[in-house]
Amino acid sequence: MDSSQLFGIAMIAYLLAAAFYLGLFLFKVERIGLVGTLLALGGTCAQTAAIGLRWHESYQLGVGHAPLTNMYESLVFFAWCTSCFYLALEYRFKTRIMGAFVMPCVAMAMAYASFSDRIDSQINPLIPALQSNWLIAHVVTCFIGYAAFAVAGGLGLMYLLKQSAATRPNRSGRGMTDALPSVQVIDDLTHKTIVFGFMWLSAGIITGAVWANEAWGTYWSWDPKETWSIITWFLYALTLHARFTRGWRGRRIAWLAILGFIAVFFTYFGVNFLLSGLHSYGSA
Amino acid sequence: MTTTKKNASLGLFASVQLALFLLCLLASTSIIGTIVPQNNPAAFYVERYGAATARFFQLLDIPDMYNSWWFLGLLTLFAVNLIVCSADRIPQVIRLVRRDSLAIAPEQLEKFPLRSERHLVEDVPAAAARVTTLLRRHGWHARTAPLNPGLLCCAEKGKWSRFGVYVVHCSILVILAGALLGSSAVAHKVFRNPLFAFKGSVMLPEGERTAHIFAHKGGERLDLGFALRCDDFTIEYYGNGMPKTYRSTVTVFDGGAPVQTTDIEVNRPLTYKGVTFYQSSYHPFQEYRVALKKQDGSAATTARISAARQMDWPEGGVSYGIINRESQGEVTRRLKIWFTDNQGEPSVFWVNADQEAAIERPSGIYLLTIGQRYATGLQATKDPGVWLVYGGCLLMLVGLYIAFFLSHRRIYVYMQPDETGCHLLFAGDANKNKVGFENNFAQLINKLDSNT
Ligand code: HEM
Repeated sequence: MDSSQLFGIAMIAYLLAAAFYLGLFLFKVERIGLVGTLLALGGTCAQTAAIGLRWHESYQLGVGHAPLTNMYESLVFFAWCTSCFYLALEYRFKTRIMGAFVMPCVAMAMAYASFSDRIDSQINPLIPALQSNWLIAHVVTCFIGYAAFAVAGGLGLMYLLKQSAATRPNRSGRGMTDALPSVQVIDDLTHKTIVFGFMWLSAGIITGAVWANEAWGTYWSWDPKETWSIITWFLYALTLHARFTRGWRGRRIAWLAILGFIAVFFTYFGVNFLLSGLHSYGSA
Repeated sequence: MTTTKKNASLGLFASVQLALFLLCLLASTSIIGTIVPQNNPAAFYVERYGAATARFFQLLDIPDMYNSWWFLGLLTLFAVNLIVCSADRIPQVIRLVRRDSLAIAPEQLEKFPLRSERHLVEDVPAAAARVTTLLRRHGWHARTAPLNPGLLCCAEKGKWSRFGVYVVHCSILVILAGALLGSSAVAHKVFRNPLFAFKGSVMLPEGERTAHIFAHKGGERLDLGFALRCDDFTIEYYGNGMPKTYRSTVTVFDGGAPVQTTDIEVNRPLTYKGVTFYQSSYHPFQEYRVALKKQDGSAATTARISAARQMDWPEGGVSYGIINRESQGEVTRRLKIWFTDNQGEPSVFWVNADQEAAIERPSGIYLLTIGQRYATGLQATKDPGVWLVYGGCLLMLVGLYIAFFLSHRRIYVYMQPDETGCHLLFAGDANKNKVGFENNFAQLINKLDSNT
C-alpha cells in the first residue's frame, strides 16, 4: 500500500461522511449522523497514516521533507486540519449536524487535490527557496488558521439558514433546520472559532515574515500572497472589533465569517492561480 | 465627552468606529496592488492600460502604492487612532485594576449576573474558614473583610488580563516603529545617513572583489566599509534536473585582510557588521574555468577558456578545447572536450560541468575539471529595525493569547449571621468566556454543598 492509495481511501471516506452528514441534516435520524462521524474519523485516521507514509516515501526517494511543500500537499493538509478541527468541535460541543456544513468542504478539497489536472501529486525534491525549517512552522500555523476559518464559514452559513427558517413561519410542519443548534449557540461557536483562527493566522503571517527575512532579506514585500493574507487579517480584526466594541452579533457576524472565508479562499487559491508572485508554486 | 473643538477631533480618533472604517479601507485598497503589477517602469503601464489610465495611476502612485503618500497616510491614521484610542481607555483599566475589590457595597452584589444563595448551620467565622479553604484549594486567592453585620470574602483571578488588548495594540505600534527604523527612506530623510538602513544588491563575478553595493531604490552606490570576494559559485542539481543548491563561497576582507570565508546559500545568509548577504540570483558567463593536473602531481594549472578555442599547456605538453556544449538556457550542464598530448589519437569525451574527469593518455593520466564561470547575485540588507519587528510580533502573540484566552473573574461571598447560623450570598462575574465561568461558579458551589 502506498500513500496515494491511502489518500484515495481517505477521500472516499470523506465523501461518504459528507453524504451521511447531509443525510442527517435532511432526515434527522441520529444513526445516520453516527455513521457520518465514524466515516469522518476513519477518513482522518487513514489520512494521518497517508501523510506519515508520504513523508516516509520522500525519504526513500532521497529527497526527504515534510509533505507540506506544494499545492497538492497543502490541500491535503488543509483537508486534514479542517477535519481534525471539526471532529474536535463535534466532540466538545456535541453537535453532529455541523458536519453537513464542514465535511463537504473537506471532501471537495481532497477530491480537487486528487482529480484536478492543475495539481501535481508527485513527490518532488525541494527547491532551494523551500529548504527551511520555517516552511513547516509557516504552513502548519497558516493551515490551522485556515481550517478554523473554514469551519467558521460553515457555521456562518448554518446561522443564516437557521435564522431565515426561524423568521419565516413554516408551512410544511417541521422544518429542516429544527435539528440545528439554537442561533445563540451557533453565534457563540462562530465567534470562538474565529478567535482561534485569528491567533493562528497571526502566527502564520509572523512565521512567514520571519522566513521571508531569512530567505530574501525582507520580512514584508507586499507580494500578492502576503498582501492577501494581511487583507484577510484586517477583515477578521474588523469582525472581532465589531463584536467586542460595537456589540455586533448574529447575522452580521455570520456574513463576516462567510466573507472572511472567501478572503481566505482567495489568499490560498486565487493568488496562486490568478495573480503572480513569490508564492505561486501552485501553478508550476 | 466632547465639548471643545479640540476634543471633537480627539473624540474621533478615540473612536472604534474610525478603527473599523480604517481597517475596512486598508483591506479594500490593499487589493489594488495585488491586481496592478507593482514597481514596473512607466512604459509598462502605458502599454498595458493606455496613456490616460497610466497618467491617472502615476497621479495616485499606484505603481508603488504601498509606499504612496495616501497609503502611508492611511497607516499613519491607523497608528494615531490606535494610540489615542488606547490612551483614552488605559486610565480606566488602571483604575479598575487598582481598585480594592473588597470595597464594594452589598447592594452592588445584587446586580451581579451570577448569584446563588445558601444557608449553613454554623457561625460566620466557621463558614468563612470553610469558604476560603475551598476557594484556595481551587486556586483562588481569597481575602476577607468585615462588612456589617457579617463578613465579605472576595476571590479574583486574571485581573491583569484586562491589559491584554493593550499589549496587542502596543505590539502593532512596535512593529510599525520597527518598520520605520528599518526603512531606507527614513535613513535618508531623517537620519541623513543612507548606510543606516538599506536594501541593495551586487552582481559579483567569481574571483572578483567589491566594497560597495547598489541600492534598490535609485541605484545609489553604497560603500560597505569592508569588502567581499566571490571565490566560487556552484549550482547543484537533483537527479531529475531540478536545482538543489545555489551556493556562493565568499571571503570577507576587513582593513585589507581576509577575516572569514563562508558559504552563502538560499535560506542561509551571511551577516557581517550588521549587513546581511542573501543568495538571490546568478549570471552565467560564456566562459569556462579549467583546473588541470597530472595525476602523479608533477604539474598543475588553471585557466579560463571560451568554447571552440584551442588551449595549450606547454609545461604539461597538452592541448585541449571545448568542441560542444549542452546547455539549459545560459547554463552549461555538459561539455564535449577534445584533449591531446600529441601522442596518438586525441581523446574526445563528454563531461559534466564541475565534475572531475580522468583522461588516460600515453604520457600519463590527467585530471581535468571544467566549469562555467558565474557571477553571483547577492542581496545586501541592513535593517536595524528588524529586532523591533520581531519583538512586536512576539508581543502580539502573547497579547492575543492574554486578550482572548484569559479573563478577569471575580467571586464574592457575603456571609451574614441569621437566627439558625449563617446566610451566604455568592456573586460572580467574568469579563470574558462567561459560559465557562458560569460552570466554574456552579461547580464551586456544588463542592461546598457536598462538603456540608
Ligand atoms: C486603529 C486601530 C485600532 C483601534 C483604535 C482599536 C481599538 C480597540 C478597542 C477600543 C478595543 C476594546 C477594548 C475594550 O473593550 O476594553 C479593542 C479591542 C481589541 N483589539 Fe483593537 N483596535 C485597533 C486595532 C486592532 C488591531 C489591528 C488588532 C489586531 C490584532 C486589534 C486587536 C484587538 C483585540 C484582540 C481586542 C480584544 C477585545 C477584547 O478582548 O475585549 N486591535 N481594540
